[in-house]
Amino acid sequence: MTPAAYTATEGGALLVVAIVLPVIGMLAIFALGLRRAERIAYLVLPGGLLVALAIAADVARSGAAVTYVLGGWQPPLGIALRADGLSVTLMVLTAVVLCAVGLVARGSFSTPTDKAEARSPMVFWTLILGLWCALNTVFLGQDLFNLFVALELLTFSAVPLVCLDGRRETLQAALRYLLFALIGSVLYLMGAALLYGAYGTLDLAGLRLLARNDLATSVALGLMIAGLMAKAALFPLHLWLPPAHAGAPAAASAVLSALVVKAPFFIILRLWFDVAPQPANAMAAQMLAWLGIASILFCSVMALRQARLKLMIAYSTVAQLGYLFLMFPLAMASDAPTAWESVGWTGGVLQLVSHALAKASMFLAAGLIAEALGHDRIENLDGAMSVVPISVAAFGLAGLSLMGLPPSGGFVAKLMLLTAATETANWWIAAAILMGGILAASYVFRVLNRAMAAPSSNFACKASIPLYRELTVLGLAICAVVLGFVPLQPFAFLGIGRVGLP
Amino acid sequence: MSLLPDFALVLFLLMAAVWTVAARDRRDSVIGFIVVGLLLSLAWIRLNSVDVALTEAAVGGGATGLLLLRACARLGPIETEGAHPQLPLRILTGVLCAVVAAALATIVLFPIEPAPTLAPAAAAHMSELGLGNPVTVVLLAYRAIDTLLEKVVLVLALIGVWALTPDLLWGGAPGSLRAQQSSGPLTFLAQVLPPVGIVIGVYLIWNGADRPGGTFQGGTVLAAMWLLVMMADLREPPEIRLHKLRQLVVFGPVVFLVAGFAGFWIANGFLSYPPDFAKPIIVLVEAALALSIAVILGMLVAGPAARAPR
Repeated sequence: MTPAAYTATEGGALLVVAIVLPVIGMLAIFALGLRRAERIAYLVLPGGLLVALAIAADVARSGAAVTYVLGGWQPPLGIALRADGLSVTLMVLTAVVLCAVGLVARGSFSTPTDKAEARSPMVFWTLILGLWCALNTVFLGQDLFNLFVALELLTFSAVPLVCLDGRRETLQAALRYLLFALIGSVLYLMGAALLYGAYGTLDLAGLRLLARNDLATSVALGLMIAGLMAKAALFPLHLWLPPAHAGAPAAASAVLSALVVKAPFFIILRLWFDVAPQPANAMAAQMLAWLGIASILFCSVMALRQARLKLMIAYSTVAQLGYLFLMFPLAMASDAPTAWESVGWTGGVLQLVSHALAKASMFLAAGLIAEALGHDRIENLDGAMSVVPISVAAFGLAGLSLMGLPPSGGFVAKLMLLTAATETANWWIAAAILMGGILAASYVFRVLNRAMAAPSSNFACKASIPLYRELTVLGLAICAVVLGFVPLQPFAFLGIGRVGLP
Repeated sequence: MSLLPDFALVLFLLMAAVWTVAARDRRDSVIGFIVVGLLLSLAWIRLNSVDVALTEAAVGGGATGLLLLRACARLGPIETEGAHPQLPLRILTGVLCAVVAAALATIVLFPIEPAPTLAPAAAAHMSELGLGNPVTVVLLAYRAIDTLLEKVVLVLALIGVWALTPDLLWGGAPGSLRAQQSSGPLTFLAQVLPPVGIVIGVYLIWNGADRPGGTFQGGTVLAAMWLLVMMADLREPPEIRLHKLRQLVVFGPVVFLVAGFAGFWIANGFLSYPPDFAKPIIVLVEAALALSIAVILGMLVAGPAARAPR
């Protein structure tokens, strides 16, 4: 059997630009030491957004995946990049979130005017661009080792962001994050090596044709998925996430929670639906869903018990990630002809996108609230509504998505997952989705209640927040709300480029 | 041929590995780790993978060992009265490790015959590029994008280490690498060895196109020479704000990127080489990468800035 050949499509070179453009920006900031690191970032951010939109337009127009074969070497010897409907959706999502974060971060990570270069702006902007390169490589890569390199890029960009402010507890959180991420990498690499040993190729399309249902394949995929679970913070491997995401500066937390943890999940999706011999193991799917349920319930309760706003949001991230893992048994049990035409799969992907928008908005809002009040203790949030009303409103709108109330992307996503769960008689999953919604409502309203309370007599505003920063945060929350108006059915766009898969 | 040397090698490897895990003193453990690295590189030679052996010796045993030893020197002894994991957790960890080990052993002991491999396909195109070392062809041609992105990882790692600098010292130099008491033999070595080491490093890089060797091995040897000079206190680590230093760090990736984009015009796309000029381009890229690797590794070992900029 010969592995599928890739034919480069016309606009394929743009895929290279999507990966390399952030690298060029990062190296330029590092080497030039210009007066302001953010200036180069502000050139690269809109440029990258345009590239992502151009690729998306190309995919939408042609109705087929955009492909590029690097160096002209066909896989399995060489490496191919490929943008299908799903990956291009996530690329645009990434670009939108990063541009918004870039705008809001201007207030916290501008180089002081009296210095040529300062530590935290230089580190922040180079690492954000490094993350972007990593994420685009994850979405486009079609080769297991190429994806490993992307994961390494992701780890080495994300970990220093956690301890950017240098406090002792953030250093500890960063170190713990690093250890979990590295264990994940080792397991992933071991699995990839086993697959190469068994099939002589690392190319996803080639593996899909060759994959057998035997011990080596199961062990390899099991190791890889376990490693990726540690990186994606699925219960009980989530221990690193709350301190890391809560300790990072708000702009970095937004990127970490909205995008970085989604990358390993995306690779699990690829392995599960594109590589694993079909039909996949039903018991493994159930196990992933049970861990997802545990994530939802346990971490929602933990979120309710937090005294700090950012820690609460971080626990909520783990809970919301849990929903993503519900899609494995739901997509398998559905009677749709392919997994990506099932309601469960679409609901899961929509949950990924709407959570990214909502959580980025929520972390940024929390950052602005903390800047304005000088603290983020939930008990003392009273008065926030009077100083940063737009941020509080953004927090509330983003909260809709987390709770799954209409109108919001989270509502549509959870309704789809719920429909799929009842259709396939997975009653435990349906119950967990409903319970998770109630718990999310409790922790979001607990914050809104305090934030809307009248300020106490000794209330003092620590800093005034420029309007454009607040409006950017609101814009992200509105994007999450607008997603609520998509039709309640599988989208053809997400299936582009996947139709031909066996 | 007798299997006795191989059995001895495997036995020593296992002993060194157990020692590394079981040692109660941090320094002993690190020394065990370095020994494992050196024995592993011998094992790779026995498996006819000279490239991997060189990399393992240079990076696994050498550079990593040095980093760990420096970390030990700063950390002091392990405090044993710290929290021990509870018994159920330890049993669970043990069982999980045993299951994974058993599964791996089963797979390795019953391999597929003949083992599927890309080696013949990789060798088939070597003459097109005019190169003699298949490892270099894989790293710089077939999988050039991975190599390029790995170098970006190195730059990011350096930024990550520098991120630990206190704000006020940003731009300054890392702390001195000098040993506590100055030692005559070290100074002597640092004066005599570098010329030889630099020649060996350059030889490994130049040779990598056709025979075992290459950028990472050569770059690490160059870094070792620089570190030796710094440790003997003949040179101080440079300030991290220096433009020249920054440019040396990005030099390799930039040359690689330029060569990659040039492929759009002179060959058929990103990271492809025209057949007639493939070898000179690849050797140039390798040399540039090795220089950057040497500087980055040296600065990684030197650590974050510890002195205010002058």
